[in-house]
Amino acid sequence: MSGKIATRKSFGMALADFGEKYKDVVCFDADLSKSTMSILFAKKYPGRFFEMGIQEANMIGCAAGMSFMGKIPFICSFGAFLTGRFDQIRMSIGYANANVKLIGTHCGVAIGEDGHSQMGLEDIALMRSIPNMVVLQPADDKECREMVEWAINHQGPVYLRLTRQELPQFNMDKFIPGIFPQLKMGEKMAFLATGGMLEAALNAAEGLAKKGTGKNPAVFNANLAKPLADNFMMNLADKYETLVVFEDHTVMGGTGSAIAEWVSQNAKIPRRVIRYGVNDSFGESGTPEALLDKHGLTATKIENYFS
Amino acid sequence: MNNNLFVQWADQTPQIRKNILQMIAKAQSGHPGGSLSCVEIIYTLMAPNGVMKYNPKKPLERERDRFVLSKGHACPTLYAVLSAVGHDISQDELMSLRQLGSRLQGHPDRARLPYVEASTGSLGQGASIAQGIAMSYKLDSLNHRVFALLGDGEMQEGQIWEVALSAPHQKLDNLTLILDYNKGQIDGPTNKVLSLDPLTDKWRSFGWEVSEVNGHSYSELYTALSKKSPRPQMVIAHTIKGRGVSFMEGNTDWHGRAPNVKELELALQEVAANRQIGLSN
Ligand SMILES: Cc1ncc(C[n+]2csc(CCOP(=O)(O)OP(=O)(O)O)c2C)c(N)n1
Ligand SMILES: [Mg+2]
Repeated sequence: MSGKIATRKSFGMALADFGEKYKDVVCFDADLSKSTMSILFAKKYPGRFFEMGIQEANMIGCAAGMSFMGKIPFICSFGAFLTGRFDQIRMSIGYANANVKLIGTHCGVAIGEDGHSQMGLEDIALMRSIPNMVVLQPADDKECREMVEWAINHQGPVYLRLTRQELPQFNMDKFIPGIFPQLKMGEKMAFLATGGMLEAALNAAEGLAKKGTGKNPAVFNANLAKPLADNFMMNLADKYETLVVFEDHTVMGGTGSAIAEWVSQNAKIPRRVIRYGVNDSFGESGTPEALLDKHGLTATKIENYFS
Repeated sequence: MNNNLFVQWADQTPQIRKNILQMIAKAQSGHPGGSLSCVEIIYTLMAPNGVMKYNPKKPLERERDRFVLSKGHACPTLYAVLSAVGHDISQDELMSLRQLGSRLQGHPDRARLPYVEASTGSLGQGASIAQGIAMSYKLDSLNHRVFALLGDGEMQEGQIWEVALSAPHQKLDNLTLILDYNKGQIDGPTNKVLSLDPLTDKWRSFGWEVSEVNGHSYSELYTALSKKSPRPQMVIAHTIKGRGVSFMEGNTDWHGRAPNVKELELALQEVAANRQIGLSN
């Protein structure tokens, strides 16, 4: 696989494949199966797929109930609509430590024209506030596939944040929770990029290094917002003076906040953490390119910002 | 009795459908199916001498009837009708749908465009907002009505059924919900995905005044929507998704995709030729 592919599609293909090996996996959707790509599982295992209609809250509850009976439910919708049912997730899944896997697609301003109502922009903030919840964000197809299998084998709730837009392949090491794969060496500054932001951050870092700006940031794929691994984080904070976290998500409570909280509390030397994302504003309609540009989430804008 | 009026309205409707199609085609994204199914419904409310009491020249005055588009993805229809009935939305602005900076967001944004009563797009919330407006009319002894338009897929959301229970309890005779019953949602026909039947019985048993009409007939819509009742009202409008464009009608594939140049041309021809839709029985 070398072309570009959206992580929602990677998810759909992976779940359809793993359904063979893991017979307890079941899948729910709420009238968005063609968008979340759960339709690929639905076609292969119609008996293990549940079309709930437009009932996200009911879907969450049903999945919790099924998990108590030993099934491994994947529940799929746009991240905005799924995590919008916060109390149901908090109580029926989080508090109960239900073995439910939440799939939130269409995250970030990069969904484009549909605008704010359909954009997952606060989903990480919400999900990482729930104890027991593991919060993951793959940056490419291979990583998404590995995360899906990891989630099947992990006992407890997992939130997987996926993109509408297609992403390139990065050929990274196998997913190990808490270890951010490194894509570029560098010094003093580390770019920690999440999901759809990885390509732009990597290109910007390479641009900065080439253009003799005096900056040569290392680049990591920050593929997990929770739980951060202390050893890995300690090494990062030891090694780099500035950590910049890029995310197509509000900076309020996102992966950048998670890392800033960890560093301010635990780093041996005080370090600066820059949260680089959607700055406490709503989403809106526009082309994906125009919106990413407006929020500074392109390689050019990032390069300019740090030049 | 109002036949002349309905003929006038029917004359206006092809232009509204044309605008909707052009807006979506220009944006190269949007929801033609559910926009075309509710043209007659929204126009019956807002048209000159229509059901709603409001002054398009003073669209924000406090004392007026209000309309909440709960199925927010059909906003091209709302924008096109607002423009047609004299709100300050020009033809040029219509064509800015879904562009960066436009007031005409992909789903209604009350903060940008004050003529939309609620920011919707997350289905299931508009009926409650309309209920709140109805409660406020009562509180302030304002003799006005509020209408909300829901989709049939949307009606699967639990929050709608909280309104079903709550509004009769609050004796909200000033609240009318309208169902755009086009029998389709995204993953397929509504009765396959999650059936609402028996729909009339359900709402009636919750204490609502229920009417069933042809949602493309101006006379039937006008009669049902003008009706006064001591109870909150549910108007079930039987409609056709994609109405007016033969290759879109009843086809769920057209829920959320824009026509290309060729398809737009065909669609515009059909829409221009068909001036009878609102006069159907
Ligand atoms: C809470 C929520 N869940 C899912 C969606 C995605 N969605 C947009 S339109 C739609 C189908 C709506 O069907 P219906 O209400 O029948 O609308 P219509 O047929 O009139 O277009 C869905 C599932 C949404 N907007 N909001
Ligand atoms: Mg419908």
